[in-house]
Amino acid sequence: MTAAAPPRTTTVTLAVTGKELVAEGVATLTLARPDGGRLPDWTPGSHIDLVLPNGLTRQYSLCGDRWDAHSYRVGVLLETGGRGGSSHVHEQLQPGHLVGVGGPRNNFPMVPAERYVFVAGGIGITPLLPMVQQADLLGADWQLLYLGRSRRSMAFLDELAPYGDRVVVHAKDELGPLDLAGFLGTPAEGTRVYCCGPTRLLTALETACADLPPYTLRTERFVAEEQGAPARTAPFEVELARTGATVTVTPDVSVLEAVGSAGVEVLSSCRQGICGTCETGVLAGRPDHRDSLLDDAERAAGDCMYICVSRALTDRLVLDL
Amino acid sequence: MTVTPEAPAIEAPTSDVDPFSHEVLEDPMPMHEELREAGPVVYLRRYDIYAVARYQEVHAALTDWQEFPSADGVGLSNFRYEKPWRPPSLLLEADPPRHDAPRRVLSKILGPRALRKLREDWFADAEVLVDEVLSNGPEFDAVESLSSVFPLRVFPDAVGLLPDGRENLLPYGDHAFNAFGPANDLVAKGEPRVAELAGWVGSRCAREALTDDGFGAAIWAASDRGEITPQQAPLVVRSLLTAGVDTTVHGISAVLYGLATHPEEWQRLRANPALARVAFDEAVRWESPVQTFFRTANRDVQLGGTTVPDGKKVLMFLAAANRDPRRWEDPDRFDLTRDPSGHVGFGMGIHQCVGQHVARLEAEAVLHALARRVESFEVAGATRRHHNNTLRAFDSLPLRMHLA
Repeated sequence: MTAAAPPRTTTVTLAVTGKELVAEGVATLTLARPDGGRLPDWTPGSHIDLVLPNGLTRQYSLCGDRWDAHSYRVGVLLETGGRGGSSHVHEQLQPGHLVGVGGPRNNFPMVPAERYVFVAGGIGITPLLPMVQQADLLGADWQLLYLGRSRRSMAFLDELAPYGDRVVVHAKDELGPLDLAGFLGTPAEGTRVYCCGPTRLLTALETACADLPPYTLRTERFVAEEQGAPARTAPFEVELARTGATVTVTPDVSVLEAVGSAGVEVLSSCRQGICGTCETGVLAGRPDHRDSLLDDAERAAGDCMYICVSRALTDRLVLDL
Repeated sequence: MTVTPEAPAIEAPTSDVDPFSHEVLEDPMPMHEELREAGPVVYLRRYDIYAVARYQEVHAALTDWQEFPSADGVGLSNFRYEKPWRPPSLLLEADPPRHDAPRRVLSKILGPRALRKLREDWFADAEVLVDEVLSNGPEFDAVESLSSVFPLRVFPDAVGLLPDGRENLLPYGDHAFNAFGPANDLVAKGEPRVAELAGWVGSRCAREALTDDGFGAAIWAASDRGEITPQQAPLVVRSLLTAGVDTTVHGISAVLYGLATHPEEWQRLRANPALARVAFDEAVRWESPVQTFFRTANRDVQLGGTTVPDGKKVLMFLAAANRDPRRWEDPDRFDLTRDPSGHVGFGMGIHQCVGQHVARLEAEAVLHALARRVESFEVAGATRRHHNNTLRAFDSLPLRMHLA
């Protein structure tokens, strides 16, 4: 080869290039490639996996500018009583540190509509912020209801200020509880309601939207609990069912590369878990999905994986190769 | 000090080539090499455009949708200043955020998981077709008998088109791909039928015109769920019909041509039919059925050490990038031991061909069926190229088969 192949790992390693306390208990991190290169594209509603130096993996919504191909921004709420992910970010992580980043993936995509109502509860503002920017850019009719305990704890108020009265800020310590159904009223036909926030808020909104046409309400529950075991950093074994060969996948190579070195040709293309070319059947073991293609049900099924980026949760995977 | 206004100097080397002349369309390789060697970015005087022919710059322009957007058209025509000949594609001729939802919907419908249920049928269809073809004797024209037949057997059914009018698909696609180039004789040739063909294609995109079990119905179902709007659904169906036929036809011709002219690679494939997918992608790299696409600089953009001025078109030679010796070892060789991953024959970035898995599956089915019956084959006579402003194609590819 005339061009040296870049090193490929499960996650890209990004550098923390900025850290800012933007509200009480809310820090934003800016992440970039150490070489300044382009990051994978994303759409509003996308999240990334942050693989923290302490071994924990957490999902955070991207809340920066998608036109900036060179940095990601996430907002992280310090969860008192959490299991150490957010406190690590708040207390340990500093500009210059390296973190593993998987994704981005979008389980909360924005659909085209004439009108949007966005409802954010607390840190639930993060996925909605790029949506608001996009709705505005498209000239859609939109409104944002942003709920929080107090203005001190609500991030991005300054970034939202230019939108004027399209943004309704409801701080509980000033205004008390909000009549959500009264606020919503009967949205005009074709309105899409996007909500991210604590379960209580989502449940209230589901009730308020119960009589609206199907697919009006779209929600994302932010998941404080970790979704799976932490991504393993230890090597694992991949058995190739058709040949019976077993290869060891070390942390510095992808499954694709490992099976390739064992002489098994698997076609790939994007090598970012975006295009799906390298789809491979999984016969046994649990994949650690790192792609941007599968939805939650497909990920849970675990019967296929994209071996350019995905790895293993179990010590051994048996692949249909 | 006074500043005299003058035309900004062109920083790039300049060239007078016409990439859309018949001479070049017949054999584009010498011009590709000339442009690659001239520099990372070359100014083409004839069309007042910038061209990139090296892998690195083509890849960079393809992936940088922020600076090289598609909504001004991916052909020579600049939609900033000219009215497109048809409503712009929501996939190809759109940028984020408008591009997001149609792309998301279509990539799910055409994704490898969704295609699994077609696999068995298409492999069986290919067996039947190859039987038919071989029963008529060992010599045939691969374009006429295989590569333009198989996609038209399986793909329109998969989309859910009714039987009538399918003969319009190839002429419509041929014109659509010609129309990305300059208004030359190839475009003029198609123009008399544009209204009729565009009208027919448009009428096939309506919900009522589609069966209830195909890709088309799945697109309409996505609009029922609000994932795209009912106004977008027919245009998304249209993208399937425009981009999904000619390209696959030429891709299958390309892989047959590669294997016919490299008999040792056919033996490799026969010994290991799982190589069919690699063979097809290697053919897409080697022949690049889609030769070129354009982008437009949306401000003064730095590319390969040159400033491409705001509003100027950049012509990306996917075919030249796919044979750039800076990226590929022995690039002119059709080689199944090569890893063709990373070729830009399907594009790269957010506009990378959304139907690539469909094309691969079609080619794989044809190659598997041939591999079971054919010991070896070769080109049996003079081949004839079909000229198109965007596509690299054969009109005629005579083959002689030696059965196993």
